[in-house]
Amino acid sequence: MTLTLAAADGRPAPAEDLAHFPLAIRGLTVSYGEKPAVFSVDASFHPGAMTAIIGPNGAGKSTLLKAALGIVTPLSGQITCYGRPLARQRERIAYVPQRASVDWDFPTRVIDVVLMGLYRQLGLLGRVRQRHLDTARACLDRVGMAEFATRQIGQLSGGQQQRVFLARALAQGADLYLLDEPFAGVDAATEKAIIAVLKDLKAQGKTVVVVHHDLATVRDYFDRVFLINTTRIAEGTVAEAFTETNLQAAYGGRLATAQMGAAV
Amino acid sequence: MIGAEFVPLSLPPLLIGVCAAIACALPGNFLLLRRQALIGDAISHVVLPGIVLAFLVTGAVSAWPMMLGAGFAAVLAVVLIETIRRVGRIEPGAAMGVVFTAMFAGGVLLLEQSDTSSVHLDVQHALYGSLESLIWLDGLGWASLLDPQALRGLPPELPRIALTLIFVSAFTALFWRPLKISTFDEGFARTLGLPTGLIGLALVIVAAIAAVAAFDAVGSIIVIAMFICPPAAARMMTNRLEAQIGWSVGFATLSAVLGYVLAGYGPLWLGYANAVSAAGMIATVSGLLLARAAGFGPCRTRAGAPVEG
Repeated sequence: MTLTLAAADGRPAPAEDLAHFPLAIRGLTVSYGEKPAVFSVDASFHPGAMTAIIGPNGAGKSTLLKAALGIVTPLSGQITCYGRPLARQRERIAYVPQRASVDWDFPTRVIDVVLMGLYRQLGLLGRVRQRHLDTARACLDRVGMAEFATRQIGQLSGGQQQRVFLARALAQGADLYLLDEPFAGVDAATEKAIIAVLKDLKAQGKTVVVVHHDLATVRDYFDRVFLINTTRIAEGTVAEAFTETNLQAAYGGRLATAQMGAAV
Repeated sequence: MIGAEFVPLSLPPLLIGVCAAIACALPGNFLLLRRQALIGDAISHVVLPGIVLAFLVTGAVSAWPMMLGAGFAAVLAVVLIETIRRVGRIEPGAAMGVVFTAMFAGGVLLLEQSDTSSVHLDVQHALYGSLESLIWLDGLGWASLLDPQALRGLPPELPRIALTLIFVSAFTALFWRPLKISTFDEGFARTLGLPTGLIGLALVIVAAIAAVAAFDAVGSIIVIAMFICPPAAARMMTNRLEAQIGWSVGFATLSAVLGYVLAGYGPLWLGYANAVSAAGMIATVSGLLLARAAGFGPCRTRAGAPVEG
């Protein structure tokens, strides 16, 4: 724990030094109706780590991510990105939404979706130049989708669509990558391709946070976990926090013993 | 038809029809993709109380106050719809239904309870407009287009709708990227720092402005048709939004020109003595184009159909 917290000069950073964390959440409460979806949550996502946000359905995993990104407005709470307010750090954050959150029938091509990731560079009226197209193609290549650049997005399989979303996030060239259920309903080849890209990002020192639902793969894919069920259940390295006790606390009776055996 | 009477009699209504059709079709592309295409229908209902109020305040049937009243009512409706949708967390269609029926009913009540019923504020005019009556008596021939004196006699609807078209085109071009990104993926757009709520609001307000300017000249039938038919037909011709906009402008122009010509000359060709409503025919042509595209367009898909793979 202290090791991952070590600052560049070798001295351990104080735990409350928000500037140290690519993403820090304090006292976050979000509600869509009467009942809060996320209640009074603190979370600190560590630099250079791959963290899984796990919890049962409806536990507020996606809501936590969306509130952290400013997509939903929280009732209360403070979000900082490298110690500064989110609004000033947008170019350091890349986001991969749930695949089902958009209409794939939208009239646009694969390459156009990836170019959306360059919006902050292009601005309102900036021309798309060769170097922008080269960046977009390179990002598609990294997810193994280069040959689909001119396809309409509706003609892709679910896994291919997910990879296009990841390519768009890569085009953003961020330091912090937030992904909402990137492995949901994708084929094995896509899952492999995505995890390879994420591990590559981690190797480059980037920070990756993934809303994840498959407990069986947590140990293979991630360094850290954040367990949530409306409130925070546990947070830490996989060895520390991904324990049977914590999982029981998060999932309650809903966690089948078989699933548990596979996971822990 | 390219005779001496073309310039004074047919040119202004044709230009007005084309401008109105394109001004509505442009925002219609985005409204369609946002599943808000019926907002044109909603606006056509909600402007009634605005027009009646403008009449009550000014006591005269004149274009500018009524357009202002209509525009105000449209913007109010748009804000109400957005508020109800966000606060109530309900579908946009339901919010529109609540707002436009209530405001239309309010307009009818207002009309009944005041002396306006005696004035010429009738349904016929609101629905079909009066495209054929927008003639240019000073236009004696093509040379009149260069004569400032004659140009001053142009029907005032023409500069109004032309200005509206320029405004709508400028809005679409300037905010192309934010409109496209936030229409496709609102959540992602917000993480880029785009004010998606404001963009959505601006889009419907621009649509409302286009609708009100077009009502004045061509009535609500064309407005409702042009918000939906050219963009929907265009969607089935291409899989790129850029090209879709181009197709929709083409379809809107074709509908306006073909509809106007068919309405004016079609019955004569068939041996009847009278022309039919140009507005009605323009809307009909756009519907037929949509039907063609739905039957034969190269990029038709069944929305929600499962994807192989």
